[in-house]
Amino acid sequence: MALTNEIIREKITEKFGEQTTEWEEPYGMLTFSSEKNLNLKVLQFLYDEPSLQFRFLTDLCAVHYPEKKGSELAVVYHLHNLVDNIRIRYKVFTDVNKPDVFSASALYQAANWMERETYDFFGVNFIGHPNLKRILNVDDMEYFPMRKEFPLEDQKRIDKDDEMFGR
Amino acid sequence: MSQHISLPEGNIEKQTSTINIGPTHPATHGVFQNIVELDGETVVSAEQTVGYIHRAFEKIAEHKPLYQITTLTDRLNYCSSPINNMGWHIACERLLGVKIPKRVDYLRIIIMELARISDHLICNSIVGVDSGAYSGFLYVMQYRELIYEIYEEICGSRLTTNIGRVGGFERNFTSVAFEKLEKFIKEWPVVLKEFDQLFVRNRIFMDRTIGVGPISAERALNYGFTGPNLRAAGVDYDVRIHAPYSSYDDFEFTIPVGTTGDCYDRFLVRDGEMWQSLELIKQAYQKVQEFKGTEAEVFHAEVPEYYLPDKKDVYTKMEALIYHFKIVMGESKMPKGEIYSSVEGANGELGFYLISDGSRTPYRLHFRRPSFIYYQAYSELTKGGLLSDAIITMSSLNLIAGELDA
Repeated sequence: MALTNEIIREKITEKFGEQTTEWEEPYGMLTFSSEKNLNLKVLQFLYDEPSLQFRFLTDLCAVHYPEKKGSELAVVYHLHNLVDNIRIRYKVFTDVNKPDVFSASALYQAANWMERETYDFFGVNFIGHPNLKRILNVDDMEYFPMRKEFPLEDQKRIDKDDEMFGR
Repeated sequence: MSQHISLPEGNIEKQTSTINIGPTHPATHGVFQNIVELDGETVVSAEQTVGYIHRAFEKIAEHKPLYQITTLTDRLNYCSSPINNMGWHIACERLLGVKIPKRVDYLRIIIMELARISDHLICNSIVGVDSGAYSGFLYVMQYRELIYEIYEEICGSRLTTNIGRVGGFERNFTSVAFEKLEKFIKEWPVVLKEFDQLFVRNRIFMDRTIGVGPISAERALNYGFTGPNLRAAGVDYDVRIHAPYSSYDDFEFTIPVGTTGDCYDRFLVRDGEMWQSLELIKQAYQKVQEFKGTEAEVFHAEVPEYYLPDKKDVYTKMEALIYHFKIVMGESKMPKGEIYSSVEGANGELGFYLISDGSRTPYRLHFRRPSFIYYQAYSELTKGGLLSDAIITMSSLNLIAGELDA
Protein backbone atom coordinates (compact mmCIF):
# COMPACT_ATOMS: atom_id res chain seq x y z
CA MET A 1 0.00 0.00 0.00
CA ALA A 2 1.39 3.27 -1.01
CA LEU A 3 2.27 5.71 1.68
CA THR A 4 -0.07 8.69 1.76
CA ASN A 5 -0.23 11.89 3.73
CA GLU A 6 -3.05 10.47 5.88
CA ILE A 7 -1.03 7.41 6.89
CA ILE A 8 2.02 9.53 7.74
CA ARG A 9 -0.13 11.84 9.82
CA GLU A 10 -1.69 8.88 11.62
CA LYS A 11 1.70 7.34 12.41
CA ILE A 12 3.14 10.57 13.74
CA THR A 13 0.15 11.46 15.89
CA GLU A 14 0.07 7.89 17.20
CA LYS A 15 3.62 8.36 18.45
CA PHE A 16 3.63 11.99 19.51
CA GLY A 17 -0.05 12.66 20.17
CA GLU A 18 -0.88 16.27 20.86
CA GLN A 19 2.72 17.40 20.66
CA THR A 20 2.62 17.77 16.88
CA THR A 21 0.51 20.67 15.70
CA GLU A 22 -0.35 22.93 12.75
CA TRP A 23 -1.12 20.15 10.29
CA GLU A 24 -1.50 21.54 6.79
CA GLU A 25 -1.16 20.42 3.20
CA PRO A 26 -0.15 23.45 1.12
CA TYR A 27 0.16 22.39 -2.53
CA GLY A 28 -0.05 18.74 -1.51
CA MET A 29 2.94 18.61 0.80
CA LEU A 30 2.17 17.45 4.33
CA THR A 31 3.38 20.11 6.75
CA PHE A 32 3.45 20.02 10.53
CA SER A 33 5.34 21.47 13.43
CA SER A 34 6.21 20.58 16.97
CA GLU A 35 7.82 22.01 20.04
CA LYS A 36 11.47 22.74 19.26
CA ASN A 37 12.95 20.44 21.91
CA LEU A 38 11.25 17.49 20.23
CA ASN A 39 12.91 18.03 16.86
CA LEU A 40 15.54 15.30 17.16
CA LYS A 41 13.00 12.81 18.49
CA VAL A 42 10.64 13.52 15.61
CA LEU A 43 13.41 13.37 13.00
CA GLN A 44 14.81 10.15 14.47
CA PHE A 45 11.33 8.60 14.46
CA LEU A 46 10.78 9.61 10.85
CA TYR A 47 14.18 8.16 9.97
CA ASP A 48 13.90 4.86 11.84
CA GLU A 49 10.23 3.89 11.61
CA PRO A 50 10.21 1.11 8.96
CA SER A 51 6.98 2.28 7.37
CA LEU A 52 8.11 5.91 7.07
CA GLN A 53 11.84 5.90 6.28
CA PHE A 54 12.40 9.59 5.69
CA ARG A 55 16.10 9.09 5.18
CA PHE A 56 16.88 11.94 2.81
CA LEU A 57 17.18 15.51 4.04
CA THR A 58 16.35 17.57 0.99
CA ASP A 59 16.56 21.00 2.49
CA LEU A 60 17.00 22.82 5.76
CA CYS A 61 16.49 26.54 6.12
CA ALA A 62 14.99 29.14 8.42
CA VAL A 63 12.29 31.78 8.09
CA HIS A 64 11.94 34.91 10.19
CA TYR A 65 8.46 36.06 11.28
CA PRO A 66 9.10 39.20 13.37
CA GLU A 67 5.41 39.60 14.30
CA LYS A 68 5.09 36.15 15.93
CA LYS A 69 6.31 37.10 19.39
CA GLY A 70 8.10 34.30 21.19
CA SER A 71 8.44 32.10 18.11
CA GLU A 72 9.99 34.41 15.56
CA LEU A 73 12.32 31.96 13.87
CA ALA A 74 11.11 28.86 12.09
CA VAL A 75 13.57 26.12 11.16
CA VAL A 76 12.14 24.19 8.21
CA TYR A 77 13.14 20.64 7.29
CA HIS A 78 12.16 19.15 3.95
CA LEU A 79 12.38 15.37 4.14
CA HIS A 80 12.05 12.85 1.37
CA ASN A 81 11.16 9.18 1.49
CA LEU A 82 12.88 7.83 -1.61
CA VAL A 83 11.27 4.38 -1.40
CA ASP A 84 7.68 5.58 -1.57
CA ASN A 85 8.69 8.88 -3.19
CA ILE A 86 6.87 11.25 -0.86
CA ARG A 87 7.99 14.48 0.72
CA ILE A 88 7.03 16.15 3.99
CA ARG A 89 7.83 19.45 5.59
CA TYR A 90 8.51 19.80 9.30
CA LYS A 91 8.92 23.04 11.21
CA VAL A 92 10.06 24.03 14.66
CA PHE A 93 9.68 27.55 16.00
CA THR A 94 12.04 29.27 18.37
CA ASP A 95 12.36 32.54 20.21
CA VAL A 96 14.69 34.95 18.43
CA ASN A 97 16.25 35.96 21.73
CA LYS A 98 17.10 32.38 22.64
CA PRO A 99 17.44 30.63 19.29
CA ASP A 100 18.65 27.23 20.51
CA VAL A 101 17.67 24.23 18.40
CA PHE A 102 19.19 20.76 18.50
CA SER A 103 21.42 19.96 15.56
CA ALA A 104 20.42 17.20 13.16
CA SER A 105 23.93 16.85 11.80
CA ALA A 106 24.54 13.55 13.59
CA LEU A 107 21.54 12.05 11.82
CA TYR A 108 22.10 13.62 8.41
CA GLN A 109 25.60 14.61 7.28
CA ALA A 110 23.91 16.92 4.81
CA ALA A 111 22.63 19.05 7.69
CA ASN A 112 26.14 20.13 8.60
CA TRP A 113 26.57 22.94 6.09
CA MET A 114 22.88 23.70 5.83
CA GLU A 115 22.84 24.39 9.57
CA ARG A 116 25.96 26.50 9.26
CA GLU A 117 24.24 28.50 6.53
CA THR A 118 21.13 28.87 8.68
CA TYR A 119 23.25 30.02 11.60
CA ASP A 120 25.12 32.42 9.34
CA PHE A 121 21.99 34.14 8.07
CA PHE A 122 19.49 33.80 10.92
CA GLY A 123 21.61 33.16 13.99
CA VAL A 124 19.93 29.90 14.91
CA ASN A 125 22.22 28.29 17.48
CA PHE A 126 22.33 24.58 16.64
CA ILE A 127 23.24 22.73 19.84
CA GLY A 128 25.55 19.80 19.23
CA HIS A 129 26.79 20.96 15.85
CA PRO A 130 30.46 19.95 15.39
CA ASN A 131 31.62 23.16 13.74
CA LEU A 132 29.06 25.93 14.02
CA LYS A 133 30.70 28.95 12.40
CA ARG A 134 29.87 31.28 9.56
CA ILE A 135 30.08 29.80 6.10
CA LEU A 136 29.17 32.33 3.40
CA ASN A 137 29.62 35.64 5.22
CA VAL A 138 32.84 37.02 6.69
CA ASP A 139 33.80 35.65 10.09
CA ASP A 140 33.74 38.97 11.95
CA MET A 141 30.21 39.94 10.89
CA GLU A 142 28.20 40.91 13.95
CA TYR A 143 24.65 40.49 12.74
CA PHE A 144 22.45 37.95 10.98
CA PRO A 145 21.57 39.49 7.64
CA MET A 146 18.53 37.46 6.56
CA ARG A 147 16.49 38.59 9.56
CA LYS A 148 13.74 40.94 8.50
CA GLU A 149 15.02 43.95 10.43
CA PHE A 150 18.03 44.27 8.12
CA PRO A 151 17.09 46.29 5.05
CA LEU A 152 18.86 46.16 1.72
CA GLU A 153 21.54 48.77 1.22
CA ASP A 154 20.17 52.22 0.46
CA GLN A 155 20.77 52.72 -3.26
CA LYS A 156 21.20 56.48 -2.71
CA ARG A 157 23.92 56.33 -0.07
CA ILE A 158 26.83 58.61 -0.87
CA ASP A 159 29.45 57.67 1.73
CA LYS A 160 30.96 54.97 -0.50
CA ASP A 161 33.82 55.65 -2.88
CA ASP A 162 32.26 55.38 -6.33
CA GLU A 163 35.57 54.59 -7.95
CA MET A 164 35.85 51.43 -5.88
CA PHE A 165 32.29 50.24 -6.45
CA GLY A 166 31.85 51.30 -10.04
CA ARG A 167 28.73 53.39 -9.52
CA MET B 1 77.48 7.45 12.44
CA SER B 2 77.63 11.18 12.33
CA GLN B 3 74.76 13.10 10.82
CA HIS B 4 75.61 15.29 7.85
CA ILE B 5 72.30 17.04 7.42
CA SER B 6 70.87 18.93 10.37
CA LEU B 7 67.14 18.18 10.52
CA PRO B 8 64.64 20.41 12.27
CA GLU B 9 63.65 19.36 15.75
CA GLY B 10 60.82 16.89 16.20
CA ASN B 11 60.00 13.74 14.30
CA ILE B 12 60.25 14.62 10.64
CA GLU B 13 58.21 11.61 9.55
CA LYS B 14 55.14 12.93 11.27
CA GLN B 15 55.32 16.42 9.83
CA THR B 16 52.65 17.33 7.36
CA SER B 17 52.51 20.25 4.99
CA THR B 18 49.57 22.51 4.31
CA ILE B 19 48.64 23.57 0.80
CA ASN B 20 46.08 26.14 -0.23
CA ILE B 21 44.27 25.28 -3.43
CA GLY B 22 42.34 28.39 -4.26
CA PRO B 23 40.51 30.78 -3.90
CA THR B 24 41.87 31.60 -7.34
CA HIS B 25 43.71 28.64 -8.74
CA PRO B 26 43.49 26.92 -12.12
CA ALA B 27 42.65 23.62 -10.40
CA THR B 28 39.52 24.84 -8.64
CA HIS B 29 37.77 26.12 -11.81
CA GLY B 30 35.93 28.61 -9.66
CA VAL B 31 36.31 30.81 -6.61
CA PHE B 32 36.52 28.53 -3.59
CA GLN B 33 39.33 27.30 -1.42
CA ASN B 34 40.57 23.94 -0.24
CA ILE B 35 43.10 23.86 2.55
CA VAL B 36 44.69 20.46 2.10
CA GLU B 37 46.86 18.85 4.75
CA LEU B 38 49.43 16.62 3.08
CA ASP B 39 51.66 13.86 4.36
CA GLY B 40 54.11 13.61 1.51
CA GLU B 41 51.70 13.36 -1.41
CA THR B 42 48.84 11.80 0.54
CA VAL B 43 45.90 13.88 1.65
CA VAL B 44 45.38 13.71 5.41
CA SER B 45 42.50 16.12 5.57
CA ALA B 46 40.89 18.82 3.49
CA GLU B 47 38.95 21.82 4.65
CA GLN B 48 36.77 23.78 2.29
CA THR B 49 36.09 27.50 2.41
CA VAL B 50 33.23 28.90 0.38
CA GLY B 51 31.49 32.24 0.15
CA TYR B 52 33.93 34.29 -1.92
CA ILE B 53 31.25 35.29 -4.41
CA HIS B 54 28.25 35.33 -2.08
CA ARG B 55 25.81 37.88 -3.49
CA ALA B 56 22.90 37.66 -1.04
CA PHE B 57 20.42 36.43 -3.66
CA GLU B 58 17.91 35.29 -1.06
CA LYS B 59 17.84 38.73 0.53
CA ILE B 60 17.61 40.52 -2.82
CA ALA B 61 14.82 38.18 -3.90
CA GLU B 62 12.70 39.31 -0.96
CA HIS B 63 12.59 42.74 -2.59
CA LYS B 64 11.93 41.80 -6.21
CA PRO B 65 8.79 40.83 -8.12
CA LEU B 66 8.77 37.35 -9.67
CA TYR B 67 10.01 38.24 -13.13
CA GLN B 68 13.08 40.06 -11.77
CA ILE B 69 14.21 37.03 -9.77
CA THR B 70 14.82 35.08 -12.98
CA THR B 71 18.00 37.06 -13.54
CA LEU B 72 19.23 36.01 -10.09
CA THR B 73 18.71 32.33 -10.89
CA ASP B 74 20.87 32.73 -14.02
CA ARG B 75 23.84 33.26 -11.81
CA LEU B 76 23.50 30.11 -9.71
CA ASN B 77 24.84 27.38 -11.96
CA TYR B 78 25.95 29.56 -14.83
CA CYS B 79 26.97 26.59 -16.98
CA SER B 80 23.32 25.66 -17.41
CA SER B 81 21.34 28.79 -16.58
CA PRO B 82 18.27 27.88 -18.69
CA ILE B 83 17.51 25.00 -16.29
CA ASN B 84 17.62 27.42 -13.37
CA ASN B 85 15.38 29.89 -15.20
CA MET B 86 12.82 27.25 -16.11
CA GLY B 87 12.99 25.77 -12.61
CA TRP B 88 12.10 29.17 -11.22
CA HIS B 89 9.30 29.72 -13.73
CA ILE B 90 7.89 26.27 -12.93
CA ALA B 91 7.98 27.08 -9.21
CA CYS B 92 6.10 30.34 -9.86
CA GLU B 93 3.58 28.64 -12.13
CA ARG B 94 2.88 26.01 -9.50
CA LEU B 95 2.31 28.75 -6.93
CA LEU B 96 0.03 30.67 -9.28
CA GLY B 97 -1.71 27.54 -10.54
CA VAL B 98 -1.01 28.20 -14.20
CA LYS B 99 -1.69 25.50 -16.75
CA ILE B 100 1.07 25.37 -19.36
CA PRO B 101 0.34 24.35 -22.98
CA LYS B 102 2.03 21.17 -24.15
CA ARG B 103 4.01 22.91 -26.86
CA VAL B 104 5.63 25.20 -24.28
CA ASP B 105 6.51 22.18 -22.16
CA TYR B 106 8.21 20.50 -25.10
CA LEU B 107 10.10 23.62 -26.11
CA ARG B 108 11.25 23.94 -22.53
CA ILE B 109 12.47 20.36 -22.55
CA ILE B 110 14.51 21.06 -25.67
CA ILE B 111 16.17 24.02 -23.99
CA MET B 112 16.68 22.29 -20.64
CA GLU B 113 18.25 19.23 -22.22
CA LEU B 114 20.51 21.39 -24.37
CA ALA B 115 21.60 23.10 -21.16
CA ARG B 116 22.22 19.74 -19.49
CA ILE B 117 24.43 18.69 -22.40
CA SER B 118 26.38 21.95 -22.30
CA ASP B 119 26.92 21.55 -18.55
CA HIS B 120 27.94 17.90 -18.66
CA LEU B 121 30.27 18.37 -21.59
CA ILE B 122 32.12 21.09 -19.69
CA CYS B 123 32.40 18.91 -16.61
CA ASN B 124 33.52 15.79 -18.45
CA SER B 125 36.00 17.58 -20.64
CA ILE B 126 37.45 19.37 -17.61
CA VAL B 127 37.97 16.00 -15.94
CA GLY B 128 39.84 15.16 -19.13
CA VAL B 129 41.94 18.31 -18.85
CA ASP B 130 42.84 17.54 -15.25
CA SER B 131 43.96 14.06 -16.23
CA GLY B 132 46.08 15.42 -19.06
CA ALA B 133 43.90 15.35 -22.18
CA TYR B 134 43.38 18.89 -23.41
CA SER B 135 42.23 18.29 -26.96
CA GLY B 136 38.85 16.79 -26.05
CA PHE B 137 38.01 19.96 -24.15
CA LEU B 138 38.80 22.22 -27.09
CA TYR B 139 36.95 19.97 -29.50
CA VAL B 140 33.59 19.79 -27.67
CA MET B 141 33.74 23.51 -26.95
CA GLN B 142 32.61 24.10 -30.54
CA TYR B 143 29.33 22.40 -29.73
CA ARG B 144 28.81 24.37 -26.58
CA GLU B 145 29.17 27.35 -28.87
CA LEU B 146 26.44 25.94 -31.10
CA ILE B 147 24.18 25.45 -28.07
CA TYR B 148 24.83 29.05 -27.04
CA GLU B 149 23.92 30.19 -30.54
CA ILE B 150 20.59 28.42 -30.17
CA TYR B 151 19.98 30.24 -26.86
CA GLU B 152 20.95 33.47 -28.54
CA GLU B 153 18.44 32.87 -31.29
CA ILE B 154 15.68 32.36 -28.70
CA CYS B 155 16.38 34.93 -26.01
CA GLY B 156 19.25 37.10 -27.25
CA SER B 157 21.87 36.18 -24.70
CA ARG B 158 24.31 33.35 -24.21
CA LEU B 159 25.61 32.66 -20.72
CA THR B 160 23.24 34.30 -18.26
CA THR B 161 20.24 33.68 -20.43
CA ASN B 162 17.19 35.00 -18.54
CA ILE B 163 15.27 32.79 -20.93
CA GLY B 164 11.48 32.65 -20.92
CA ARG B 165 8.84 34.22 -18.73
CA VAL B 166 6.41 33.02 -16.11
CA GLY B 167 3.99 31.20 -18.42
CA GLY B 168 6.24 30.41 -21.37
CA PHE B 169 8.68 32.08 -23.71
CA GLU B 170 9.00 35.73 -24.63
CA ARG B 171 8.79 34.90 -28.34
CA ASN B 172 8.31 31.90 -30.56
CA PHE B 173 11.33 29.95 -31.75
CA THR B 174 12.53 31.32 -35.08
CA SER B 175 13.19 29.12 -38.09
CA VAL B 176 16.92 29.81 -37.61
CA ALA B 177 16.70 28.38 -34.08
CA PHE B 178 15.16 25.19 -35.45
CA GLU B 179 17.76 25.00 -38.22
CA LYS B 180 20.55 25.26 -35.66
CA LEU B 181 18.82 22.66 -33.51
CA GLU B 182 18.66 20.30 -36.50
CA LYS B 183 22.35 20.93 -37.15
CA PHE B 184 23.07 20.08 -33.52
CA ILE B 185 20.99 16.90 -33.59
CA LYS B 186 22.82 15.83 -36.75
CA GLU B 187 26.39 16.66 -35.78
CA TRP B 188 26.56 16.22 -32.01
CA PRO B 189 26.27 12.40 -31.84
CA VAL B 190 29.30 12.05 -34.13
CA VAL B 191 31.34 14.35 -31.92
CA LEU B 192 30.18 12.76 -28.68
CA LYS B 193 31.08 9.35 -30.08
CA GLU B 194 34.59 10.58 -30.82
CA PHE B 195 34.78 12.12 -27.35
CA ASP B 196 33.76 8.76 -25.85
CA GLN B 197 36.42 6.97 -27.88
CA LEU B 198 39.01 9.37 -26.54
CA PHE B 199 38.19 8.65 -22.90
CA VAL B 200 35.94 5.74 -22.03
CA ARG B 201 38.36 2.87 -22.67
CA ASN B 202 41.51 4.96 -22.51
CA ARG B 203 44.05 3.14 -20.34
CA ILE B 204 45.57 6.34 -18.90
CA PHE B 205 42.20 7.90 -18.18
CA MET B 206 40.88 4.72 -16.55
CA ASP B 207 43.96 4.40 -14.35
CA ARG B 208 43.63 8.01 -13.27
CA THR B 209 39.92 7.86 -12.41
CA ILE B 210 38.87 4.33 -11.37
CA GLY B 211 38.70 4.09 -7.60
CA VAL B 212 39.42 7.80 -7.17
CA GLY B 213 37.14 9.74 -4.85
CA PRO B 214 34.60 6.94 -4.31
CA ILE B 215 31.51 7.14 -2.13
CA SER B 216 29.00 4.47 -1.17
CA ALA B 217 25.32 4.89 -1.94
CA GLU B 218 24.47 5.07 1.75
CA ARG B 219 27.01 7.81 2.49
CA ALA B 220 26.01 9.72 -0.63
CA LEU B 221 22.37 9.74 0.48
CA ASN B 222 23.31 10.79 3.97
CA TYR B 223 25.37 13.63 2.53
CA GLY B 224 22.37 14.78 0.49
CA PHE B 225 23.94 14.03 -2.90
CA THR B 226 21.63 14.40 -5.86
CA GLY B 227 22.01 14.32 -9.61
CA PRO B 228 24.81 12.55 -11.49
CA ASN B 229 26.98 12.30 -8.39
CA LEU B 230 24.31 10.32 -6.52
CA ARG B 231 23.46 8.19 -9.53
CA ALA B 232 27.15 7.31 -9.97
CA ALA B 233 26.95 5.80 -6.47
CA GLY B 234 24.07 3.59 -7.62
CA VAL B 235 20.88 5.37 -6.54
CA ASP B 236 18.47 5.96 -9.40
CA TYR B 237 16.94 9.14 -8.03
CA ASP B 238 16.07 11.68 -10.69
CA VAL B 239 13.55 14.49 -10.23
CA ARG B 240 12.49 14.13 -13.87
CA ILE B 241 11.14 10.66 -12.99
CA HIS B 242 10.21 11.02 -9.32
CA ALA B 243 8.34 14.31 -9.57
CA PRO B 244 7.82 14.92 -13.28
CA TYR B 245 7.53 18.53 -14.39
CA SER B 246 7.15 20.10 -17.80
CA SER B 247 5.61 16.87 -19.22
CA TYR B 248 8.74 14.75 -18.82
CA ASP B 249 6.38 11.81 -18.33
CA ASP B 250 5.46 11.97 -22.04
CA PHE B 251 8.95 10.83 -23.01
CA GLU B 252 10.93 7.62 -23.20
CA PHE B 253 14.33 7.81 -21.61
CA THR B 254 16.52 5.89 -19.18
CA ILE B 255 18.53 7.02 -16.19
CA PRO B 256 22.15 5.86 -16.27
CA VAL B 257 23.47 4.68 -12.91
CA GLY B 258 26.93 3.69 -11.70
CA THR B 259 28.04 1.41 -8.90
CA THR B 260 31.11 2.71 -7.08
CA GLY B 261 30.56 6.47 -7.08
CA ASP B 262 34.16 7.16 -8.13
CA CYS B 263 35.34 9.68 -10.71
CA TYR B 264 35.12 7.16 -13.55
CA ASP B 265 31.50 6.33 -12.74
CA ARG B 266 30.62 9.98 -12.45
CA PHE B 267 32.18 10.51 -15.88
CA LEU B 268 30.22 7.61 -17.37
CA VAL B 269 26.93 8.69 -15.79
CA ARG B 270 27.31 12.20 -17.20
CA ASP B 271 28.27 10.72 -20.54
CA GLY B 272 25.20 8.46 -20.54
CA GLU B 273 23.03 11.42 -19.60
CA MET B 274 24.27 13.38 -22.58
CA TRP B 275 23.13 10.55 -24.87
CA GLN B 276 19.77 10.42 -23.10
CA SER B 277 19.40 14.19 -23.35
CA LEU B 278 19.98 13.93 -27.07
CA GLU B 279 17.20 11.33 -27.29
CA LEU B 280 14.91 13.64 -25.32
CA ILE B 281 15.70 16.55 -27.62
CA LYS B 282 14.93 14.43 -30.70
CA GLN B 283 11.63 13.23 -29.25
CA ALA B 284 10.63 16.70 -28.09
CA TYR B 285 11.51 18.24 -31.44
CA GLN B 286 9.42 15.61 -33.20
CA LYS B 287 6.47 16.34 -30.91
CA VAL B 288 6.86 20.08 -31.50
CA GLN B 289 6.72 19.50 -35.25
CA GLU B 290 3.50 17.54 -34.89
CA PHE B 291 1.52 20.60 -33.78
CA LYS B 292 -0.61 22.01 -36.58
CA GLY B 293 -2.50 25.24 -37.21
CA THR B 294 -2.88 27.69 -34.33
CA GLU B 295 -1.46 25.17 -31.88
CA ALA B 296 1.88 25.38 -33.69
CA GLU B 297 2.09 29.08 -32.82
CA VAL B 298 1.57 28.72 -29.07
CA PHE B 299 4.61 29.77 -27.06
CA HIS B 300 3.12 30.93 -23.77
CA ALA B 301 0.16 30.34 -21.48
CA GLU B 302 -2.57 32.92 -20.97
CA VAL B 303 -1.50 34.54 -17.70
CA PRO B 304 -1.76 38.26 -18.46
CA GLU B 305 -1.23 39.24 -14.80
CA TYR B 306 2.30 37.83 -14.78
CA TYR B 307 3.39 37.34 -18.39
CA LEU B 308 5.07 40.48 -19.73
CA PRO B 309 3.24 41.29 -22.99
CA ASP B 310 4.90 41.82 -26.32
CA LYS B 311 6.21 45.38 -26.69
CA LYS B 312 4.26 45.87 -29.93
CA ASP B 313 1.02 45.08 -28.09
CA VAL B 314 1.92 47.47 -25.29
CA TYR B 315 1.94 50.33 -27.79
CA THR B 316 -1.25 49.33 -29.57
CA LYS B 317 -3.53 47.50 -27.12
CA MET B 318 -5.13 48.80 -23.95
CA GLU B 319 -5.07 45.54 -21.96
CA ALA B 320 -1.44 44.88 -22.80
CA LEU B 321 -0.52 48.39 -21.71
CA ILE B 322 -2.37 47.96 -18.41
CA TYR B 323 -0.77 44.62 -17.63
CA HIS B 324 2.65 45.84 -18.68
CA PHE B 325 2.28 48.75 -16.29
CA LYS B 326 0.97 46.53 -13.49
CA ILE B 327 3.77 44.00 -13.83
CA VAL B 328 6.60 46.50 -14.15
CA MET B 329 5.32 48.72 -11.33
CA GLY B 330 4.85 45.67 -9.15
CA GLU B 331 1.09 45.80 -8.79
CA SER B 332 0.66 42.09 -9.55
CA LYS B 333 0.15 40.40 -6.24
CA MET B 334 0.92 36.72 -5.67
CA PRO B 335 -1.49 34.34 -3.97
CA LYS B 336 -0.67 33.49 -0.39
CA GLY B 337 1.08 30.15 -0.07
CA GLU B 338 4.09 28.04 0.58
CA ILE B 339 5.62 25.78 -2.03
CA TYR B 340 8.68 23.64 -2.57
CA SER B 341 9.30 23.00 -6.22
CA SER B 342 12.34 21.33 -7.68
CA VAL B 343 13.80 20.47 -11.05
CA GLU B 344 16.63 18.20 -12.05
CA GLY B 345 19.45 20.66 -12.55
CA ALA B 346 22.67 19.60 -14.20
CA ASN B 347 24.24 19.07 -10.77
CA GLY B 348 21.25 17.61 -9.01
CA GLU B 349 18.02 18.64 -7.41
CA LEU B 350 17.65 22.38 -7.72
CA GLY B 351 14.89 23.36 -5.33
CA PHE B 352 12.99 26.58 -4.76
CA TYR B 353 11.30 26.99 -1.40
CA LEU B 354 9.01 29.94 -1.89
CA ILE B 355 6.83 31.50 0.80
CA SER B 356 4.41 34.18 -0.28
CA ASP B 357 2.42 36.31 2.14
CA GLY B 358 0.21 37.69 -0.62
CA SER B 359 2.32 40.71 -1.49
CA ARG B 360 4.21 41.50 -4.70
CA THR B 361 7.52 39.96 -3.60
CA PRO B 362 8.32 36.61 -1.97
CA TYR B 363 8.27 36.64 1.81
CA ARG B 364 11.12 34.14 1.78
CA LEU B 365 12.86 32.36 -1.04
CA HIS B 366 15.40 29.64 -0.40
CA PHE B 367 17.41 27.99 -3.12
CA ARG B 368 18.34 24.35 -2.56
CA ARG B 369 21.66 24.39 -4.34
CA PRO B 370 22.94 20.88 -5.06
CA SER B 371 26.66 21.65 -5.23
CA PHE B 372 26.59 23.50 -1.91
CA ILE B 373 25.20 20.39 -0.27
CA TYR B 374 27.49 17.78 -1.80
CA TYR B 375 30.69 19.82 -1.56
CA GLN B 376 30.80 19.09 2.17
CA ALA B 377 31.67 15.49 1.34
CA TYR B 378 34.87 16.57 -0.39
CA SER B 379 37.00 15.97 2.69
CA GLU B 380 35.71 12.42 3.03
CA LEU B 381 36.08 11.74 -0.69
CA THR B 382 39.72 12.74 -0.85
CA LYS B 383 41.05 11.47 2.48
CA GLY B 384 43.88 8.99 2.00
CA GLY B 385 44.21 9.66 -1.72
CA LEU B 386 46.90 11.53 -3.59
CA LEU B 387 46.89 15.27 -4.15
CA SER B 388 46.51 14.84 -7.90
CA ASP B 389 43.48 12.61 -7.27
CA ALA B 390 41.97 15.29 -5.06
CA ILE B 391 42.16 17.69 -8.03
CA ILE B 392 40.35 15.25 -10.33
CA THR B 393 37.73 14.57 -7.66
CA MET B 394 37.08 18.28 -7.41
CA SER B 395 36.47 18.69 -11.12
CA SER B 396 34.42 15.51 -11.43
CA LEU B 397 32.02 16.72 -8.72
CA ASN B 398 31.29 19.69 -11.01
CA LEU B 399 31.47 22.38 -8.36
CA ILE B 400 30.22 25.71 -9.62
CA ALA B 401 31.14 28.65 -7.39
CA GLY B 402 27.99 30.58 -8.31
CA GLU B 403 25.86 27.73 -7.08
CA LEU B 404 27.89 27.16 -3.93
CA ASP B 405 27.53 30.73 -2.78
CA ALA B 406 24.19 32.03 -4.09
